[in-house]
Amino acid sequence: MQPPSILPVELKGVSTCFGKTWIHKNLDLAVSTGEVLALVGGSGSGKTTLLRQMVGLLQPAEGEVRLFGEVLKAGDRHSRLARRRRFGMLFQHGALFSALTVFANIAFPLREFGLTDEALIRDLVLLKMAMVELEPEVAARMPAELSGGMVKRVALARALALEPELLLLDEPTAGLDPDRSAGFVDLIRSLHRSLGLTVVLVTHDLDTLAALATRVAVLSEGRILAAGPLEEIMTVQDPFIQRFFHSERSRAALARAGESR
Amino acid sequence: MSPVSPAPALRLETDASGSRVSLSGDWTLAALTADPRQLRGELESVPMQAAWSLASVSRLDSYGALLLWRAWGRRRPERLEVPPALEPVFQRVEAIPVLTCPTEPPYRFLDGTAQVGRIVIEIGHHVVGFVALIGQILIDLWGLVGDHKRWPVFEISANFYKVGVRAMPVTALVGFLIGVVMSYLSALQLRAFGADSFIVNILGLGIIRELGPVLVSVLVAGRSGSAMTAQLGVMRVTEEIDALTVMGISRYVRLVVPKVVALTLAMPLLTLWGSAVAIFGGMVSANLQLDLSFDYFLNALPRAVPVANLVIGLVKGAVFGLLIALVACYFGLRVRPNTESLSANTTTSVVASITVVIIVDAVFAVATRSIGLPFR
Repeated sequence: MQPPSILPVELKGVSTCFGKTWIHKNLDLAVSTGEVLALVGGSGSGKTTLLRQMVGLLQPAEGEVRLFGEVLKAGDRHSRLARRRRFGMLFQHGALFSALTVFANIAFPLREFGLTDEALIRDLVLLKMAMVELEPEVAARMPAELSGGMVKRVALARALALEPELLLLDEPTAGLDPDRSAGFVDLIRSLHRSLGLTVVLVTHDLDTLAALATRVAVLSEGRILAAGPLEEIMTVQDPFIQRFFHSERSRAALARAGESR
Repeated sequence: MSPVSPAPALRLETDASGSRVSLSGDWTLAALTADPRQLRGELESVPMQAAWSLASVSRLDSYGALLLWRAWGRRRPERLEVPPALEPVFQRVEAIPVLTCPTEPPYRFLDGTAQVGRIVIEIGHHVVGFVALIGQILIDLWGLVGDHKRWPVFEISANFYKVGVRAMPVTALVGFLIGVVMSYLSALQLRAFGADSFIVNILGLGIIRELGPVLVSVLVAGRSGSAMTAQLGVMRVTEEIDALTVMGISRYVRLVVPKVVALTLAMPLLTLWGSAVAIFGGMVSANLQLDLSFDYFLNALPRAVPVANLVIGLVKGAVFGLLIALVACYFGLRVRPNTESLSANTTTSVVASITVVIIVDAVFAVATRSIGLPFR
């Protein structure tokens, strides 16, 4: 087991600017092993930007991002690659390789990793597909032939292919109908429980938030306004939090989640 | 720095009661691939009736579990000790359906022949589809007659700037160099015969009638044709074309016609520009090589090249522009929403438009063989 002192994700004094507007200013955030952290905030508050900085797609103007205690770019090529394999990301629109079948999409990271035994790859892909509750028949289809919910499932299976310890989800339930989105949330929750993953997710959806998150971080005005369990966050006196969590719709969503928990 | 993880290990003990296998360490993807062959060999050497103990395994992921599962022949050994924490991993592995994925059929002797047939049929489909595109454009244009407010004038203007004005520098550069090279090579030959002044005829006829239009067409097909296909293709992928349809706007009027009209108008002008620069290049080279003055060259040019050649060159330019734009749009609208289709259609678009240009050029050469040629 890894010692608890090494945090999967740690942001220190991160500042980001696009052109002349500052998105984040001196932002600190730490995610500890095994928790599900939800990043919430108004649109344009830089939630997705923060997620992309965690995986190294964007560079902060100031400050540093550490994954598993190390800066993403530290070390030689092999240790960088090994670090990248310890997390998986689910993109908002799936980002499946559209020229490859579902099977080839999920097998892609495995083959890149260096597995050559086709029978083993086949079993692993079928295992991942079973984990995200996809029928084996889907394997031969192209991403363009899948429904929105299935695209997300395939993308999740691909993100899980290399057994990551950290999973980053960008709007996991956006574009899914309530029924499917509830199903997807249940799926992520059961995977989190059984695989012991650390999960960071960005969401607008209060149902998702209430059902999944063990900790909520509210992003506003370029910093983390508050971070803690949902019940604690809801008591914070702040106009944004009041609007976000205490509207009619939000109360209904939170009440639903309370029942299903 | 990755956390130090205990390496996966396997210990086999044999005594009077039978064999006992105990596993320890991290049985995970990251740890196992370090030396998979040795461990797999050890796994396979375990006797069938052995008792398995996984009590000291620190971590197990589905890769490790799958490796064991396969070593056990896809069933649990009779004597197996699994700590409860690892039990869910095995339950998932057990749920893998045993079925074969569809495999690619092997290559057979007649497949090559079938492929040829398929290509012929596909070309037939392309011809039909191309005619259908032209028909659809004409139908949609008919709807615009008498409704001049909906004419896509701004789009045509924007496209004209993009495919015409922006293509001028590269056309000039290539034209100038071709002119220089042609003039240089011809001058070497002509000087041997003392027929220096015929360089004007060679360059004038060759460039204005033939080389100018074809050269510019090849450049434009590569530059603007591919861009049109790619643009329409990406609009298809991002559902922008569907959005237009939903708004009741014809994709042909708004997207195809402006491109076709703009390129048909721009190509004769580009041809004129390209030919002029190429002749200028030839003139410079002739001046240096043969001491032919610019004055003489410019005075001899109209006498050597009847004006009909210029008309043929410009008409060719317009026709080539029309064809390039139509072919580019045809393939652009055929793109299916994936990257492979986008790249394949863009490639086919450029290859097809250049081929069509060369074929039509040959038709032109035959059809205009009695027009504008002096000394016959």
